Amino acid sequence: MPKIESVDHLTEYRRQIRAQRDPKQQQILVCSGPGCLPLGSTEVAGAFQEQMQEKGLQGKVILKSTGCHGLCAHGVRVLLRPQEIAYQKVTPEDVPEIVETTLIGGKVVERLVYQDPDSGQTAVHKSEIPFYQGQKPLVLRKLDEIDPESLDDYLVVGGYRTLRKVLFKMSPEEVIDAVERSGLRGRGGAGFLTGRKWRLCRQVPGEVKFVICNGDEGDPGAFMDRAVMEGDPHAIIEGMIVGGYAIGAHQGYIYVRHEYPLAVKRLTQAVAQAREFGLLGNNILRSGFDFDIKISQGSGAFVCGEETALIASIEGNIGEPMPRPPYPAQKGLFGMPTVINNVETWANVPEIINMGPEWFAALGTEKSKGTKVFSLVGAVNHTGLVEVPMGTTLRQIIFELGGGIPGGREFKAVQTGGPSGGCIPKQFLDLPVDYDSLQEVGSIMGSGGMIVMDTTSCMVDVARYFISFLFEESCGKCTPCREGLRQLLNILNDITSGEGKEEHITLMEEICTTMASASLCGLGQSAANPVLTTLKYFRAEYEAHIRDKKCPALVCRPLLTYTIDPEACTACLACVRECPVGAISGPKKEAQHIDQDICIKCGRCHDVCQFDAVKVE
Amino acid sequence: MDVERLESILTQYEGYPQDLIPILQDIQDQYHYLPKDELKVVAQRLNVPLTKVYSVATFYKMFSLIPKGRHQLRVCLGTTCHLKGGQRLLESVSSHLGIEPGYTTADMQFSLETVGCLGSCAQAPVMMVDDKYYARMTIDKVSKVLKLYKE
Repeated sequence: MPKIESVDHLTEYRRQIRAQRDPKQQQILVCSGPGCLPLGSTEVAGAFQEQMQEKGLQGKVILKSTGCHGLCAHGVRVLLRPQEIAYQKVTPEDVPEIVETTLIGGKVVERLVYQDPDSGQTAVHKSEIPFYQGQKPLVLRKLDEIDPESLDDYLVVGGYRTLRKVLFKMSPEEVIDAVERSGLRGRGGAGFLTGRKWRLCRQVPGEVKFVICNGDEGDPGAFMDRAVMEGDPHAIIEGMIVGGYAIGAHQGYIYVRHEYPLAVKRLTQAVAQAREFGLLGNNILRSGFDFDIKISQGSGAFVCGEETALIASIEGNIGEPMPRPPYPAQKGLFGMPTVINNVETWANVPEIINMGPEWFAALGTEKSKGTKVFSLVGAVNHTGLVEVPMGTTLRQIIFELGGGIPGGREFKAVQTGGPSGGCIPKQFLDLPVDYDSLQEVGSIMGSGGMIVMDTTSCMVDVARYFISFLFEESCGKCTPCREGLRQLLNILNDITSGEGKEEHITLMEEICTTMASASLCGLGQSAANPVLTTLKYFRAEYEAHIRDKKCPALVCRPLLTYTIDPEACTACLACVRECPVGAISGPKKEAQHIDQDICIKCGRCHDVCQFDAVKVE
Repeated sequence: MDVERLESILTQYEGYPQDLIPILQDIQDQYHYLPKDELKVVAQRLNVPLTKVYSVATFYKMFSLIPKGRHQLRVCLGTTCHLKGGQRLLESVSSHLGIEPGYTTADMQFSLETVGCLGSCAQAPVMMVDDKYYARMTIDKVSKVLKLYKE
C-alpha cells in the first residue's frame, strides 16, 4: 500500500484500483458475520479455496470473506456476483457442487436457495427474497460486498470520498450544520441529536478535545454494532475523522468490548491501514488537519456502555458513571470536551455528508430521520440483521421481513431496547418504530435489539431475567439502583417459585418509580422498564403465578409438574439415565414413573424423551 | 516472578495511569490470571496505589485473581439464549465438568464462565471455547464439544 500524500494522489490511486477490477468477474462472497461464523463460514471459505485450486479457477474467480449478509437464520450464506445468486445453509460438503454446477455449469443448485417457510416458494436472487425487500440498507450497504480487511475494497466503493470533501471543501461549521440538518439522532439509545451534540462540543473553548466511538455493545440480543465493526470498520474511522474535524479534536478512541475478538482485530487492522496509507496521522492528505485513533478494549462490564462510565474506563478507572451535567461535550475524557457517539451513528456520517443532509432527512419520520439497524432474533423465522427506514411498523419487520413466528405459534410480545427497554404486546404491532413511539408505549429504541417472543415465553420470567442481568451489572455506586434491583430480584424470584404475594405487585411498582427518579445513570433510571411494561401489559400472567401458583407458559420450573404418560412411554429408559437425582423408576419393560418428592424439575427427562411421553403442566 | 515476561508487557506502554487496564488485559491474556507480585510491580511503575489496581482488577469481569484453566468456556446467557435454553445448557456443561460457573476444574483444563451476550443471537443458544463459537447447542452435543478439548 502506498502512502497517500495528497488529494490528487488519492483520486489517482482509486482510479488505478478501479481500472484493475472487472465488475463482470465472478465473485464468491462468503458471509463471516456474527451469525454465520459460528456455523462454520471459515470452513466453507476454505472449501471454496480448495475447489478453486483443484479446478484451476484461481485468478479467474475472486473469493472473499465478507461481513454479515443479514439473514442469519439460514447461514452459512454465500452470495455469487454478478449473478446475485444467494445460497443458504451452505456447508463445506456443498461447495464442490456449487463450483461444478454454478461456477462451471452456469446452473442454479436448487436445494440451496431460499424457500418461503409457508408457501414453499423459492427465490434464487437476493432481491427476490422477502427478507431483503422493504429494507433500506445505508449502514449495512457494503457489508456483503467488501472484504473488511481490505482498504482497497473500501476505496473502490467510494470510501474516504467524504473525507476529501470535508477536509477541502467544507468548514467545520458547515459539517456540523449538515449533520444537524440531516436530523441524525444518536443510535446508541438515548436518541440525542448528533449535530447539536457536536455543536455544543465545538462551542466549548479548549485546545484539546476528543471523539469517542462507543462500541461496547452490551445489550443482550443486540449485534448490529458487532456486525458493522467486523464488516465495515473503515466507515467508522471515516465518520470519526469527520467528527474530529468538525469539533476540533485530534485524537479519537474506539472503545470495543473484548467479548468481540474479531471486531477488535478488524478495527486494529483498519486503523493501522489508514495510518500507513496516510488517512490518519499528521497533516492528513496535506490538509493541515491531524487526527489519530486509539483502540481501547472493554473488560467485561455492561455499565461501561454508559458514556461517563466508558470515559472512566478509558482513563484507567473502574467503570462508575458520573452525575451529568457537566456532559461529556463540556467535560469528558481527561476533563476535556468530548463527543461520544455509538458505532452506527459514526457509520452513518460519511453517507450523510456524501449524499447530503436533505437526502437523509427525507427518510424516516418527522422526528426520527434515516434508517435504523435492528437485530431481529428470538421466535421469528428469519432471524438476522435488518435495516429499515424509521417509522416502519413492528408488523412489517416481524411478519413481512421476519417471516412470522415459527411452528405456527402465536406472537406474544417483542422486546426492544435491551435490558432498559420494554416488552411490547400484540395490540401495538402496527406501531411505527421510531424513538418517540417506542417511548410512548413504555419501551425505548435502545441500540436496536428486537427479541420476538411467542406463547412459549413467560413474561414474568423475562422480567426476572432482565432484572437479574442488571443486578449483576449494576456498578453499585448509587443506592436506588443497587438496592432497588436487589429487592426487585428477590420479589421476582419469589413470584416465579410460587412464593408470590398479592402485595408484591404494588411494592414492585413503588420500587420502580423510586429507581426511575433517583438513580444516577441511565442504567438504573431505565432498569424498571422490563418490570413496568410486563406488569402493564401482562398483569394476568403475574396474577396466575401469585394466585394460582401456575406458570401459563410452562417456563417457571418450580411451578411445573413433570409426569410420564403410561400410554406413550416405551420404557426406553432415556429419561432414567438422564435424571440427575434418580427420581424416575419403574418395573422393567413397563412405563416409568416420576417420584414428585425427589424431582427437582430440571426438565431434562422432557428434553430427552423422543416419544413425547413426559408431560409438563 | 518472571521479570522478563512482565517487562515485555510493560515496555509496550508509556507508563501513564490510563495504561493500567490495557496492561492488566495483557497480563490476563498471557498468564490467564493476575498474579499478586506482578500487580505490585504494575502499581509502582504506573505510580498508582495498589488499592486502585485491586479495585480495577476486581471490578471488571474479565480479570481474575486466581489462575484460570487452559481453555476458557463461556456459555452465553443473553436474552435469546435465555429464551432458547441457555440456562439448561449451562447446567449441563456445569455437571459435565463438575464445577460451578466462575470456577476452574482441578486439572486446570477448563474454566467455566457465563457471559451477558456473545452477539450470535441468531444461532442461540451459543457457547464459546477460547475463540471458537459453538452454535445452536443442545445438551446432547455438550460432551462431544468438551471431548475436543480434553487431553
